[in-house]
Amino acid sequence: MLTYLANPARFMRISGVMLPPLGLATVAVLALGLYLALFVAPPDYQQGESVRIMFVHVPAAWMGLFAYLVVAVASGVALVWRHPLAEIAAQAAAPLGAAFTLVCLVTGSLWGRPMWGTWWAWDARMTSVLVLFFLYLGYIALVNAFDDMGRGARAGSVLALVGVVNLPIIKFSVDWWNTLHQADSVFRMGGPTIDPSMLWPLMIMVLGYLLLFKTLLLVRMRTALNEAKARALRLAAPARAAEAPPPDATPVLR
Amino acid sequence: MSGLQSWAQMGGYAVFVWPAYVVALVVLGGIAAQSWRRYRASIRDLNRIQRAPRER
Repeated sequence: MLTYLANPARFMRISGVMLPPLGLATVAVLALGLYLALFVAPPDYQQGESVRIMFVHVPAAWMGLFAYLVVAVASGVALVWRHPLAEIAAQAAAPLGAAFTLVCLVTGSLWGRPMWGTWWAWDARMTSVLVLFFLYLGYIALVNAFDDMGRGARAGSVLALVGVVNLPIIKFSVDWWNTLHQADSVFRMGGPTIDPSMLWPLMIMVLGYLLLFKTLLLVRMRTALNEAKARALRLAAPARAAEAPPPDATPVLR
Repeated sequence: MSGLQSWAQMGGYAVFVWPAYVVALVVLGGIAAQSWRRYRASIRDLNRIQRAPRER
């Protein structure tokens, strides 16, 4: 499968077909999720209406983690197998992951103020998510810090793989340490503790965020391939001009 | 108070709930718009370069 998709021309063809339905599905699912989150889901018996922040906060947190996993796996594949699209995928996913993590941090802070009485606490969950955000920024900065794009990509890949250690820390921080952040209420032994009337809108928002991530990942990968092709054509232009016949020869433009 | 006004007040949490949705919309909508603009620009650029030798 990897070898099949390693061909950029094949990737452009397949992703070009996938992009319109994926974009439409993203808009439809996000619209449904927002409707359920704002109009249908009931207020929480303790949090009241502030629970509606969870419908934008929790999916952002999960996508921040998922996107980093994509960056790390793609970086590993790029380093080991020199997969031509893997570096492009990692570099396309990183800004998206940073955006989701930023949304997670800001919306979490907006929920924390009325519920915990504070905008921020240096507890293990919040601090490790902040570290994740800085890992994204570090990766993006490192990839763009070199004149040689290949060296930048390799340095970024190494950083992305080192940063994977932060993912289990984020996931298990609420179990390993005594945190202000509550324990997991969806992915836990014994099933979710959230009522289905809130769980379904949450899951639909998660699906909407996931579709958004996939759509934008394809868009950004296609952009990177277009830009690489344009660079290659520009570099080849002087050589083509040198090989071209003199102006008094048969005109190219008929 | 109308139902819509009551809903917009979010049980007194409007000052936290609405900014959270606005931040999500601005950040995610912003990166979506930026990604799409750059994609369209890359297509235009590529088409221009590919057309150039034929027009010479």
